[in-house]
Amino acid sequence: MAVARRGVHRARWLKLQVFRYAVLGLAALFFLVPIYAMLEFSTRSNSGGRTLEFWQSIFTYPDLINWNFGPAPDAAINASLELALITSVVMLVLLVPTMVWVRLKLPRLSRFIEFVCLLPLTIPAIVLVVGLFPIYIWMGTNFSDSILTLSLAYVVLVLPYCYRALDAGLGAIDVKTLTEAARSLGASWASVMWRVIVPNISNAILNALLLSVALVLGEYTIANNLLYNNMQVELVHLARANAGVSIAVAVASLFFAFILLIAISFVGNRPRRALPEAVTTFGKGPVQGSAG
Amino acid sequence: MTKVGRPILGGRRFSLDWIGVVPFLGYAALFLVLPSAIVALGAFFDANNSLTFDNLAHLSRSYIVKSTIDTTIVSGITALLGAALGAILSYAIVTGSPTGLLRRIVISASGVLAQFGGVTLAFAFIASIGPAGLVYLFAQSHGFDYYAHGIWLFEPIQGLSLVYLYFQIPLMVLVFLPALDGIKPQWREATESLGGNTWHYWRHVAGPLLFPAFLGGLLLLFANAFSAYATANALINQGQPMLAQQIAGALSSEVGAYEPGFAKAIAVEMIVIVTLVTILYTQLQRRTSRWL
Repeated sequence: MAVARRGVHRARWLKLQVFRYAVLGLAALFFLVPIYAMLEFSTRSNSGGRTLEFWQSIFTYPDLINWNFGPAPDAAINASLELALITSVVMLVLLVPTMVWVRLKLPRLSRFIEFVCLLPLTIPAIVLVVGLFPIYIWMGTNFSDSILTLSLAYVVLVLPYCYRALDAGLGAIDVKTLTEAARSLGASWASVMWRVIVPNISNAILNALLLSVALVLGEYTIANNLLYNNMQVELVHLARANAGVSIAVAVASLFFAFILLIAISFVGNRPRRALPEAVTTFGKGPVQGSAG
Repeated sequence: MTKVGRPILGGRRFSLDWIGVVPFLGYAALFLVLPSAIVALGAFFDANNSLTFDNLAHLSRSYIVKSTIDTTIVSGITALLGAALGAILSYAIVTGSPTGLLRRIVISASGVLAQFGGVTLAFAFIASIGPAGLVYLFAQSHGFDYYAHGIWLFEPIQGLSLVYLYFQIPLMVLVFLPALDGIKPQWREATESLGGNTWHYWRHVAGPLLFPAFLGGLLLLFANAFSAYATANALINQGQPMLAQQIAGALSSEVGAYEPGFAKAIAVEMIVIVTLVTILYTQLQRRTSRWL
Protein backbone atom coordinates (compact mmCIF):
# COMPACT_ATOMS: atom_id res chain seq x y z
CA MET A 1 0.00 0.00 0.00
CA ALA A 2 2.64 2.46 1.06
CA VAL A 3 4.85 1.45 -1.85
CA ALA A 4 2.03 1.91 -4.34
CA ARG A 5 1.32 5.34 -2.86
CA ARG A 6 4.92 6.35 -3.16
CA GLY A 7 4.85 5.19 -6.77
CA VAL A 8 1.87 7.43 -7.48
CA HIS A 9 3.64 10.37 -5.89
CA ARG A 10 6.80 9.69 -7.85
CA ALA A 11 4.90 9.55 -11.15
CA ARG A 12 3.07 12.75 -10.33
CA TRP A 13 6.32 14.45 -9.35
CA LEU A 14 7.95 13.43 -12.64
CA LYS A 15 4.98 14.64 -14.66
CA LEU A 16 5.06 17.94 -12.79
CA GLN A 17 8.77 18.41 -13.48
CA VAL A 18 8.32 17.72 -17.20
CA PHE A 19 5.43 20.19 -17.27
CA ARG A 20 7.41 22.84 -15.38
CA TYR A 21 10.49 22.70 -17.58
CA ALA A 22 8.43 22.64 -20.77
CA VAL A 23 6.51 25.75 -19.67
CA LEU A 24 9.59 27.59 -18.44
CA GLY A 25 11.52 26.68 -21.59
CA LEU A 26 8.78 27.97 -23.89
CA ALA A 27 8.43 31.15 -21.82
CA ALA A 28 12.17 31.75 -21.99
CA LEU A 29 12.03 31.31 -25.77
CA PHE A 30 9.13 33.73 -26.20
CA PHE A 31 10.65 36.40 -23.98
CA LEU A 32 14.33 36.14 -24.87
CA VAL A 33 14.24 35.68 -28.65
CA PRO A 34 12.89 39.19 -29.42
CA ILE A 35 15.56 40.79 -27.22
CA TYR A 36 18.31 38.68 -28.77
CA ALA A 37 16.93 39.51 -32.23
CA MET A 38 17.36 43.23 -31.54
CA LEU A 39 21.02 42.67 -30.71
CA GLU A 40 21.41 40.58 -33.85
CA PHE A 41 19.64 43.15 -36.02
CA SER A 42 21.73 46.04 -34.72
CA THR A 43 25.00 44.25 -35.47
CA ARG A 44 24.06 43.01 -38.94
CA SER A 45 26.22 44.10 -41.86
CA ASN A 46 25.30 44.18 -45.54
CA SER A 47 27.91 41.56 -46.37
CA GLY A 48 26.26 39.09 -44.01
CA GLY A 49 28.79 39.30 -41.19
CA ARG A 50 28.76 41.18 -37.88
CA THR A 51 29.51 44.85 -37.51
CA LEU A 52 29.35 47.54 -34.86
CA GLU A 53 28.74 50.20 -37.49
CA PHE A 54 25.24 51.06 -36.22
CA TRP A 55 26.41 51.30 -32.64
CA GLN A 56 29.32 53.54 -33.61
CA SER A 57 27.19 55.82 -35.74
CA ILE A 58 24.84 56.60 -32.81
CA PHE A 59 27.09 59.55 -32.06
CA THR A 60 26.92 60.91 -35.58
CA TYR A 61 23.28 61.96 -35.16
CA PRO A 62 23.27 65.35 -33.42
CA ASP A 63 19.46 65.20 -33.09
CA LEU A 64 19.85 62.02 -31.08
CA ILE A 65 22.78 62.81 -28.80
CA ASN A 66 25.31 65.63 -28.50
CA TRP A 67 27.34 67.41 -25.84
CA ASN A 68 24.73 70.01 -24.94
CA PHE A 69 23.55 69.07 -21.46
CA GLY A 70 22.51 72.62 -20.68
CA PRO A 71 19.11 74.07 -19.82
CA ALA A 72 17.98 73.89 -23.46
CA PRO A 73 18.83 70.40 -24.72
CA ASP A 74 18.53 70.05 -28.49
CA ALA A 75 19.17 66.31 -28.70
CA ALA A 76 16.64 63.65 -27.77
CA ILE A 77 18.78 61.48 -25.49
CA ASN A 78 20.11 64.51 -23.65
CA ALA A 79 16.56 65.75 -23.15
CA SER A 80 15.39 62.36 -21.83
CA LEU A 81 18.28 62.15 -19.37
CA GLU A 82 17.64 65.67 -18.11
CA LEU A 83 13.92 64.92 -17.85
CA ALA A 84 14.68 61.81 -15.79
CA LEU A 85 16.82 63.88 -13.43
CA ILE A 86 14.33 66.73 -13.01
CA THR A 87 11.36 64.38 -12.63
CA SER A 88 13.13 62.38 -9.93
CA VAL A 89 14.12 65.46 -7.95
CA VAL A 90 10.68 67.09 -8.15
CA MET A 91 9.01 63.79 -7.25
CA LEU A 92 11.18 63.30 -4.15
CA VAL A 93 10.88 66.90 -2.96
CA LEU A 94 7.12 66.73 -3.36
CA LEU A 95 6.44 63.25 -2.07
CA VAL A 96 8.82 62.51 0.82
CA PRO A 97 8.00 65.49 3.07
CA THR A 98 4.28 65.14 2.34
CA MET A 99 4.21 61.44 3.18
CA VAL A 100 6.17 61.96 6.40
CA TRP A 101 3.98 64.91 7.39
CA VAL A 102 0.80 62.93 6.78
CA ARG A 103 2.08 60.04 8.88
CA LEU A 104 2.94 62.37 11.75
CA LYS A 105 0.21 64.97 11.77
CA LEU A 106 -2.63 64.03 9.49
CA PRO A 107 -3.05 60.25 9.63
CA ARG A 108 -6.70 60.66 8.65
CA LEU A 109 -5.56 61.99 5.29
CA SER A 110 -3.32 59.03 4.51
CA ARG A 111 -5.99 57.09 2.60
CA PHE A 112 -6.82 60.17 0.57
CA ILE A 113 -3.17 60.82 -0.29
CA GLU A 114 -2.80 57.18 -1.29
CA PHE A 115 -5.87 57.48 -3.51
CA VAL A 116 -4.49 60.58 -5.23
CA CYS A 117 -1.09 58.94 -5.73
CA LEU A 118 -2.55 55.77 -7.24
CA LEU A 119 -5.07 57.64 -9.40
CA PRO A 120 -2.75 57.93 -12.42
CA LEU A 121 -2.87 54.13 -12.71
CA THR A 122 -6.52 54.30 -13.68
CA ILE A 123 -6.09 57.14 -16.16
CA PRO A 124 -4.45 55.97 -19.38
CA ALA A 125 -1.55 58.19 -20.45
CA ILE A 126 -3.29 58.94 -23.75
CA VAL A 127 -6.30 60.33 -21.85
CA LEU A 128 -4.06 62.41 -19.59
CA VAL A 129 -2.47 63.88 -22.71
CA VAL A 130 -5.84 65.15 -23.96
CA GLY A 131 -6.29 67.08 -20.71
CA LEU A 132 -2.68 68.26 -20.61
CA PHE A 133 -2.81 69.56 -24.18
CA PRO A 134 -4.53 72.90 -23.46
CA ILE A 135 -2.46 73.31 -20.27
CA TYR A 136 0.75 72.94 -22.26
CA ILE A 137 -0.48 75.33 -24.94
CA TRP A 138 -1.14 77.87 -22.19
CA MET A 139 2.25 77.22 -20.57
CA GLY A 140 3.96 77.47 -23.94
CA THR A 141 2.67 80.98 -24.60
CA ASN A 142 2.87 82.34 -21.05
CA PHE A 143 5.75 80.55 -19.42
CA SER A 144 8.00 78.23 -21.40
CA ASP A 145 7.73 75.75 -24.22
CA SER A 146 10.97 73.96 -23.35
CA ILE A 147 10.93 70.16 -23.61
CA LEU A 148 11.95 70.11 -19.95
CA THR A 149 8.42 71.22 -18.96
CA LEU A 150 7.45 67.63 -19.77
CA SER A 151 8.85 66.68 -16.38
CA LEU A 152 5.83 68.36 -14.78
CA ALA A 153 3.59 65.75 -16.39
CA TYR A 154 6.09 62.95 -15.79
CA VAL A 155 5.96 63.51 -12.03
CA VAL A 156 2.28 62.56 -12.17
CA LEU A 157 3.13 59.51 -14.26
CA VAL A 158 5.70 58.13 -11.79
CA LEU A 159 3.65 59.05 -8.72
CA PRO A 160 2.01 55.62 -8.11
CA TYR A 161 5.23 53.64 -8.38
CA CYS A 162 7.24 56.03 -6.24
CA TYR A 163 4.46 56.26 -3.68
CA ARG A 164 4.50 52.48 -3.22
CA ALA A 165 8.27 52.35 -2.93
CA LEU A 166 8.39 55.17 -0.38
CA ASP A 167 5.36 53.85 1.51
CA ALA A 168 7.09 50.49 1.96
CA GLY A 169 10.19 52.28 3.25
CA LEU A 170 8.30 54.48 5.68
CA GLY A 171 6.23 51.54 6.86
CA ALA A 172 9.39 49.70 7.88
CA ILE A 173 10.54 52.41 10.30
CA ASP A 174 8.86 54.06 13.24
CA VAL A 175 8.54 57.57 11.87
CA LYS A 176 6.76 58.95 14.92
CA THR A 177 9.24 57.76 17.56
CA LEU A 178 12.25 58.78 15.48
CA THR A 179 10.82 62.24 14.90
CA GLU A 180 9.78 62.78 18.50
CA ALA A 181 13.22 61.71 19.69
CA ALA A 182 14.93 64.09 17.29
CA ARG A 183 12.55 66.95 18.08
CA SER A 184 12.97 66.50 21.83
CA LEU A 185 16.71 66.76 21.33
CA GLY A 186 16.17 70.12 19.66
CA ALA A 187 16.31 69.25 15.97
CA SER A 188 14.50 71.50 13.52
CA TRP A 189 11.98 70.01 11.08
CA ALA A 190 14.45 70.38 8.22
CA SER A 191 17.07 68.55 10.18
CA VAL A 192 14.61 65.80 11.17
CA MET A 193 13.83 65.32 7.50
CA TRP A 194 17.38 65.44 6.21
CA ARG A 195 19.31 63.77 9.01
CA VAL A 196 16.80 61.33 10.49
CA ILE A 197 14.11 60.32 8.00
CA VAL A 198 16.06 60.35 4.73
CA PRO A 199 19.00 58.20 5.95
CA ASN A 200 16.54 55.70 7.39
CA ILE A 201 14.61 55.26 4.17
CA SER A 202 17.58 55.61 1.82
CA ASN A 203 16.81 52.25 0.21
CA ALA A 204 13.24 53.23 -0.54
CA ILE A 205 14.37 56.57 -1.94
CA LEU A 206 16.90 54.91 -4.22
CA ASN A 207 14.19 52.48 -5.26
CA ALA A 208 11.76 55.29 -6.14
CA LEU A 209 14.54 57.13 -7.95
CA LEU A 210 15.48 54.20 -10.16
CA LEU A 211 11.83 53.48 -10.98
CA SER A 212 11.17 57.03 -12.05
CA VAL A 213 14.33 57.13 -14.18
CA ALA A 214 13.35 53.87 -15.90
CA LEU A 215 9.80 55.10 -16.55
CA VAL A 216 10.85 58.51 -17.88
CA LEU A 217 13.44 57.04 -20.24
CA GLY A 218 10.77 54.77 -21.73
CA GLU A 219 8.05 57.39 -22.04
CA TYR A 220 6.57 57.92 -25.51
CA THR A 221 2.84 58.66 -25.35
CA ILE A 222 2.89 62.06 -23.66
CA ALA A 223 5.96 63.41 -25.44
CA ASN A 224 4.74 62.31 -28.87
CA ASN A 225 1.31 63.88 -28.50
CA LEU A 226 2.55 67.13 -26.96
CA LEU A 227 4.94 67.28 -29.94
CA TYR A 228 8.21 67.04 -28.05
CA ASN A 229 11.14 64.94 -29.27
CA ASN A 230 12.30 62.84 -26.38
CA MET A 231 14.40 59.72 -26.87
CA GLN A 232 11.53 57.34 -27.71
CA VAL A 233 9.86 59.75 -30.12
CA GLU A 234 13.17 60.36 -31.90
CA LEU A 235 13.77 56.61 -32.13
CA VAL A 236 10.52 56.16 -34.06
CA HIS A 237 11.47 58.99 -36.44
CA LEU A 238 14.96 57.60 -36.88
CA ALA A 239 13.70 54.07 -37.49
CA ARG A 240 12.20 55.21 -40.79
CA ALA A 241 15.60 56.43 -42.01
CA ASN A 242 17.97 54.01 -40.28
CA ALA A 243 16.41 51.11 -38.44
CA GLY A 244 19.78 49.68 -37.38
CA VAL A 245 20.78 52.74 -35.36
CA SER A 246 17.30 53.05 -33.87
CA ILE A 247 17.31 49.46 -32.70
CA ALA A 248 20.86 49.81 -31.35
CA VAL A 249 19.75 52.75 -29.17
CA ALA A 250 16.59 50.89 -28.15
CA VAL A 251 18.64 47.89 -27.02
CA ALA A 252 21.07 50.12 -25.17
CA SER A 253 18.25 51.92 -23.34
CA LEU A 254 16.54 48.62 -22.59
CA PHE A 255 19.69 47.20 -21.01
CA PHE A 256 20.12 50.42 -19.09
CA ALA A 257 16.59 50.06 -17.68
CA PHE A 258 17.24 46.39 -16.91
CA ILE A 259 20.37 47.31 -14.97
CA LEU A 260 18.44 49.95 -13.04
CA LEU A 261 15.71 47.50 -12.13
CA ILE A 262 18.14 44.74 -11.20
CA ALA A 263 19.87 47.32 -9.03
CA ILE A 264 16.50 47.87 -7.33
CA SER A 265 16.18 44.19 -6.48
CA PHE A 266 19.63 44.26 -4.91
CA VAL A 267 18.88 47.42 -3.00
CA GLY A 268 15.76 45.81 -1.65
CA ASN A 269 17.60 42.67 -0.59
CA ARG A 270 20.45 44.15 1.34
CA PRO A 271 20.50 42.19 4.60
CA ARG A 272 21.00 45.26 6.78
CA ARG A 273 17.43 46.37 6.45
CA ALA A 274 14.69 44.13 5.22
CA LEU A 275 12.34 45.75 2.74
CA PRO A 276 10.36 42.73 1.67
CA GLU A 277 8.24 44.59 -0.81
CA ALA A 278 10.99 46.51 -2.50
CA VAL A 279 11.73 43.86 -5.11
CA THR A 280 8.18 43.62 -6.28
CA THR A 281 7.21 47.26 -6.09
CA PHE A 282 5.82 46.79 -9.57
CA GLY A 283 3.71 43.89 -8.43
CA LYS A 284 2.17 45.29 -5.30
CA GLY A 285 -1.40 46.26 -4.58
CA PRO A 286 -3.70 46.86 -7.49
CA VAL A 287 -1.07 46.24 -10.11
CA GLN A 288 -1.29 47.99 -13.39
CA GLY A 289 1.12 47.73 -16.23
CA SER A 290 1.75 50.98 -17.96
CA ALA A 291 3.23 49.13 -20.88
CA GLY A 292 2.27 49.92 -24.42
CA MET B 1 -7.12 57.90 32.43
CA THR B 2 -8.16 61.20 30.89
CA LYS B 3 -6.89 62.50 27.64
CA VAL B 4 -4.12 64.98 28.25
CA GLY B 5 -3.52 68.06 26.19
CA ARG B 6 -6.99 68.34 24.75
CA PRO B 7 -9.40 71.19 25.35
CA ILE B 8 -11.87 70.11 28.01
CA LEU B 9 -14.88 71.39 26.14
CA GLY B 10 -14.19 68.92 23.34
CA GLY B 11 -13.94 71.54 20.60
CA ARG B 12 -11.37 70.85 17.92
CA ARG B 13 -8.14 72.73 18.27
CA PHE B 14 -7.59 75.02 15.33
CA SER B 15 -4.57 73.59 13.62
CA LEU B 16 -2.41 74.65 10.73
CA ASP B 17 -1.12 71.14 10.11
CA TRP B 18 -2.96 70.90 6.82
CA ILE B 19 -0.62 73.51 5.29
CA GLY B 20 2.00 70.76 5.04
CA VAL B 21 0.07 68.94 2.34
CA VAL B 22 -0.81 72.03 0.29
CA PRO B 23 2.19 71.83 -2.08
CA PHE B 24 1.47 68.19 -2.93
CA LEU B 25 -2.27 68.65 -3.31
CA GLY B 26 -1.73 71.82 -5.32
CA TYR B 27 0.54 69.96 -7.69
CA ALA B 28 -1.90 67.07 -8.00
CA ALA B 29 -4.73 69.54 -8.63
CA LEU B 30 -2.82 71.25 -11.45
CA PHE B 31 -1.40 68.26 -13.27
CA LEU B 32 -3.77 65.43 -12.40
CA VAL B 33 -7.20 66.79 -11.43
CA LEU B 34 -7.26 69.73 -13.85
CA PRO B 35 -6.38 67.59 -16.93
CA SER B 36 -8.99 65.02 -15.90
CA ALA B 37 -11.59 67.75 -15.48
CA ILE B 38 -10.65 69.26 -18.85
CA VAL B 39 -11.28 65.88 -20.47
CA ALA B 40 -14.50 65.12 -18.61
CA LEU B 41 -16.09 68.55 -19.08
CA GLY B 42 -14.48 69.39 -22.42
CA ALA B 43 -16.28 66.49 -24.06
CA PHE B 44 -19.52 68.48 -23.66
CA PHE B 45 -18.30 71.77 -25.16
CA ASP B 46 -17.60 72.85 -28.71
CA ALA B 47 -14.93 75.21 -30.05
CA ASN B 48 -17.00 78.27 -29.05
CA ASN B 49 -17.36 77.02 -25.48
CA SER B 50 -21.07 76.38 -25.77
CA LEU B 51 -22.69 73.26 -24.44
CA THR B 52 -23.08 70.50 -27.00
CA PHE B 53 -23.58 66.77 -27.32
CA ASP B 54 -22.12 66.70 -30.84
CA ASN B 55 -18.75 65.39 -29.65
CA LEU B 56 -20.39 62.39 -28.04
CA ALA B 57 -22.71 61.92 -31.00
CA HIS B 58 -19.65 61.75 -33.27
CA LEU B 59 -18.61 58.60 -31.44
CA SER B 60 -21.00 56.81 -33.77
CA ARG B 61 -18.76 57.61 -36.77
CA SER B 62 -17.97 54.37 -38.51
CA TYR B 63 -14.19 54.55 -38.01
CA ILE B 64 -14.59 55.10 -34.27
CA VAL B 65 -17.01 52.21 -33.99
CA LYS B 66 -14.56 50.03 -35.92
CA SER B 67 -11.66 51.16 -33.69
CA THR B 68 -13.68 50.43 -30.59
CA ILE B 69 -14.52 46.94 -31.85
CA ASP B 70 -10.94 46.21 -32.96
CA THR B 71 -9.49 47.50 -29.69
CA THR B 72 -11.99 45.40 -27.75
CA ILE B 73 -11.08 42.31 -29.79
CA VAL B 74 -7.33 42.80 -29.34
CA SER B 75 -7.78 43.50 -25.62
CA GLY B 76 -10.10 40.52 -25.25
CA ILE B 77 -7.81 38.09 -27.08
CA THR B 78 -4.66 39.24 -25.26
CA ALA B 79 -6.48 39.27 -21.91
CA LEU B 80 -7.77 35.71 -22.39
CA LEU B 81 -4.52 34.30 -23.76
CA GLY B 82 -2.38 36.37 -21.42
CA ALA B 83 -4.39 35.30 -18.39
CA ALA B 84 -4.37 31.61 -19.36
CA LEU B 85 -0.67 31.49 -20.27
CA GLY B 86 0.25 33.68 -17.31
CA ALA B 87 -1.65 31.37 -14.95
CA ILE B 88 0.14 28.31 -16.37
CA LEU B 89 3.50 30.04 -16.02
CA SER B 90 2.64 31.04 -12.45
CA TYR B 91 1.78 27.44 -11.64
CA ALA B 92 5.11 26.28 -13.07
CA ILE B 93 6.87 28.76 -10.78
CA VAL B 94 4.83 28.15 -7.66
CA THR B 95 5.43 24.39 -7.77
CA GLY B 96 9.16 25.05 -7.46
CA SER B 97 11.13 26.19 -4.45
CA PRO B 98 9.52 29.25 -2.83
CA THR B 99 12.91 30.80 -2.11
CA GLY B 100 14.71 29.54 -5.19
CA LEU B 101 16.71 31.57 -7.66
CA LEU B 102 14.35 30.68 -10.51
CA ARG B 103 11.36 32.20 -8.76
CA ARG B 104 13.23 35.38 -7.96
CA ILE B 105 14.46 35.74 -11.51
CA VAL B 106 11.00 35.17 -12.98
CA ILE B 107 9.33 37.64 -10.61
CA SER B 108 11.95 40.33 -11.23
CA ALA B 109 11.81 39.74 -14.97
CA SER B 110 8.00 39.91 -14.89
CA GLY B 111 8.21 43.24 -13.11
CA VAL B 112 10.42 44.57 -15.87
CA LEU B 113 8.54 43.01 -18.79
CA ALA B 114 5.08 44.07 -17.55
CA GLN B 115 6.38 47.62 -17.91
CA PHE B 116 8.35 46.91 -21.06
CA GLY B 117 6.13 48.31 -23.70
CA GLY B 118 6.21 51.08 -26.13
CA VAL B 119 8.64 51.67 -28.89
CA THR B 120 11.27 49.14 -27.86
CA LEU B 121 8.72 46.33 -27.81
CA ALA B 122 7.61 47.14 -31.35
CA PHE B 123 11.26 47.17 -32.45
CA ALA B 124 11.89 43.84 -30.73
CA PHE B 125 9.16 42.16 -32.75
CA ILE B 126 10.15 43.83 -35.99
CA ALA B 127 13.72 42.63 -35.42
CA SER B 128 12.61 39.08 -34.58
CA ILE B 129 9.52 38.04 -36.53
CA GLY B 130 9.35 41.05 -38.87
CA PRO B 131 9.96 40.56 -42.62
CA ALA B 132 13.70 41.20 -42.16
CA GLY B 133 13.86 39.64 -38.72
CA LEU B 134 15.95 36.81 -37.37
CA VAL B 135 13.08 34.36 -36.85
CA TYR B 136 11.46 35.03 -40.22
CA LEU B 137 14.72 34.63 -42.16
CA PHE B 138 15.38 31.39 -40.29
CA ALA B 139 11.86 30.05 -40.93
CA GLN B 140 11.98 31.12 -44.57
CA SER B 141 15.30 29.40 -45.19
CA HIS B 142 13.71 26.24 -43.83
CA GLY B 143 10.80 26.47 -46.23
CA PHE B 144 8.27 27.98 -43.84
CA ASP B 145 7.13 31.36 -45.10
CA TYR B 146 4.64 32.58 -42.53
CA TYR B 147 4.10 35.81 -44.43
CA ALA B 148 3.02 33.99 -47.59
CA HIS B 149 -0.44 35.54 -47.27
CA GLY B 150 0.65 39.02 -46.24
CA ILE B 151 2.65 40.56 -43.44
CA TRP B 152 0.20 40.04 -40.59
CA LEU B 153 2.59 41.53 -38.03
CA PHE B 154 1.43 44.97 -39.15
CA GLU B 155 -2.25 44.04 -39.12
CA PRO B 156 -3.94 45.39 -36.00
CA ILE B 157 -5.60 42.27 -34.69
CA GLN B 158 -3.10 39.49 -35.45
CA GLY B 159 0.07 41.57 -35.04
CA LEU B 160 -0.86 43.56 -31.96
CA SER B 161 -2.36 40.54 -30.23
CA LEU B 162 0.94 38.68 -30.45
CA VAL B 163 3.03 41.69 -29.44
CA TYR B 164 0.80 42.67 -26.50
CA LEU B 165 1.19 39.19 -25.00
CA TYR B 166 4.78 40.17 -24.32
CA PHE B 167 3.67 42.44 -21.49
CA GLN B 168 0.31 40.81 -20.68
CA ILE B 169 1.71 37.42 -19.60
CA PRO B 170 4.21 38.93 -17.11
CA LEU B 171 1.48 41.18 -15.69
CA MET B 172 -0.71 38.13 -15.11
CA VAL B 173 2.19 36.36 -13.36
CA LEU B 174 2.52 39.33 -11.01
CA VAL B 175 -1.17 39.37 -10.03
CA PHE B 176 -1.84 35.63 -10.06
CA LEU B 177 1.22 34.36 -8.19
CA PRO B 178 0.09 35.70 -4.79
CA ALA B 179 -3.25 33.90 -5.22
CA LEU B 180 -1.50 30.62 -6.06
CA ASP B 181 0.75 31.08 -3.05
CA GLY B 182 -2.37 31.14 -0.89
CA ILE B 183 -3.34 27.61 -1.95
CA LYS B 184 -2.20 25.25 0.80
CA PRO B 185 -0.84 21.77 0.03
CA GLN B 186 -2.86 20.49 2.99
CA TRP B 187 -6.03 21.08 0.97
CA ARG B 188 -4.81 18.67 -1.65
CA GLU B 189 -3.98 16.10 1.03
CA ALA B 190 -7.40 16.66 2.57
CA THR B 191 -9.02 16.05 -0.83
CA GLU B 192 -7.07 12.84 -1.24
CA SER B 193 -7.82 11.57 2.26
CA LEU B 194 -11.49 12.08 1.43
CA GLY B 195 -11.04 9.96 -1.68
CA GLY B 196 -10.82 12.70 -4.30
CA ASN B 197 -8.47 12.52 -7.27
CA THR B 198 -6.62 15.27 -9.14
CA TRP B 199 -9.70 16.19 -11.17
CA HIS B 200 -11.86 16.49 -8.06
CA TYR B 201 -9.22 18.66 -6.44
CA TRP B 202 -9.08 21.13 -9.31
CA ARG B 203 -12.81 21.06 -9.99
CA HIS B 204 -14.06 21.42 -6.43
CA VAL B 205 -11.23 22.89 -4.34
CA ALA B 206 -8.47 24.83 -6.10
CA GLY B 207 -10.52 25.86 -9.14
CA PRO B 208 -13.33 27.68 -7.32
CA LEU B 209 -10.81 29.30 -4.95
CA LEU B 210 -8.62 30.59 -7.77
CA PHE B 211 -11.38 31.56 -10.17
CA PRO B 212 -12.05 35.07 -8.78
CA ALA B 213 -8.31 35.84 -8.86
CA PHE B 214 -8.11 34.57 -12.42
CA LEU B 215 -11.12 36.61 -13.51
CA GLY B 216 -9.70 39.66 -11.77
CA GLY B 217 -6.41 39.23 -13.59
CA LEU B 218 -8.30 38.85 -16.86
CA LEU B 219 -10.07 42.18 -16.35
CA LEU B 220 -6.87 43.96 -15.36
CA LEU B 221 -5.19 42.68 -18.51
CA PHE B 222 -8.14 43.84 -20.59
CA ALA B 223 -7.95 47.37 -19.18
CA ASN B 224 -4.19 47.36 -19.67
CA ALA B 225 -4.36 46.44 -23.35
CA PHE B 226 -7.33 48.72 -23.96
CA SER B 227 -5.43 51.83 -22.94
CA ALA B 228 -2.09 50.92 -24.54
CA TYR B 229 -0.86 53.40 -27.14
CA ALA B 230 2.90 53.48 -27.69
CA THR B 231 3.39 49.93 -28.98
CA ALA B 232 0.48 50.18 -31.39
CA ASN B 233 1.65 53.53 -32.68
CA ALA B 234 5.24 52.43 -33.15
CA LEU B 235 4.22 49.20 -34.88
CA ILE B 236 1.33 50.40 -37.03
CA ASN B 237 1.44 54.03 -38.08
CA GLN B 238 -1.08 53.83 -40.88
CA GLY B 239 -4.82 53.86 -40.42
CA GLN B 240 -4.75 54.40 -36.64
CA PRO B 241 -6.55 51.15 -35.88
CA MET B 242 -6.60 51.45 -32.08
CA LEU B 243 -8.89 53.72 -30.08
CA ALA B 244 -5.91 55.32 -28.32
CA GLN B 245 -4.54 56.25 -31.74
CA GLN B 246 -7.89 57.79 -32.69
CA ILE B 247 -7.62 60.03 -29.63
CA ALA B 248 -4.16 61.10 -30.72
CA GLY B 249 -5.42 61.60 -34.30
CA ALA B 250 -8.25 63.91 -33.23
CA LEU B 251 -5.77 65.85 -31.11
CA SER B 252 -3.28 66.52 -33.90
CA SER B 253 -3.91 68.30 -37.14
CA GLU B 254 -1.57 65.92 -38.95
CA VAL B 255 -4.31 63.52 -39.97
CA GLY B 256 -7.71 64.94 -40.75
CA ALA B 257 -9.08 67.83 -38.75
CA TYR B 258 -8.02 69.14 -35.36
CA GLU B 259 -10.98 68.26 -33.11
CA PRO B 260 -10.01 68.71 -29.46
CA GLY B 261 -13.61 68.30 -28.27
CA PHE B 262 -13.93 65.04 -30.16
CA ALA B 263 -10.59 63.80 -28.72
CA LYS B 264 -12.07 64.39 -25.26
CA ALA B 265 -15.22 62.49 -26.17
CA ILE B 266 -13.19 59.44 -27.28
CA ALA B 267 -11.11 59.79 -24.12
CA VAL B 268 -14.32 59.73 -22.07
CA GLU B 269 -15.45 56.61 -23.93
CA MET B 270 -12.13 54.94 -23.09
CA ILE B 271 -12.29 56.01 -19.43
CA VAL B 272 -15.85 54.73 -19.07
CA ILE B 273 -14.92 51.30 -20.42
CA VAL B 274 -11.66 51.05 -18.45
CA THR B 275 -13.36 52.24 -15.23
CA LEU B 276 -16.18 49.72 -15.53
CA VAL B 277 -13.66 46.94 -15.98
CA THR B 278 -11.52 48.20 -13.09
CA ILE B 279 -14.49 48.35 -10.72
CA LEU B 280 -15.28 44.73 -11.55
CA TYR B 281 -11.63 43.89 -10.92
CA THR B 282 -11.59 45.44 -7.44
CA GLN B 283 -14.79 43.63 -6.52
CA LEU B 284 -13.22 40.32 -7.52
CA GLN B 285 -9.99 41.14 -5.68
CA ARG B 286 -12.06 41.60 -2.54
CA ARG B 287 -13.73 38.21 -3.01
CA THR B 288 -10.36 36.54 -3.56
CA SER B 289 -8.79 37.99 -0.44
CA ARG B 290 -11.68 36.65 1.64
CA TRP B 291 -10.50 33.09 1.05
CA LEU B 292 -6.81 33.17 0.23
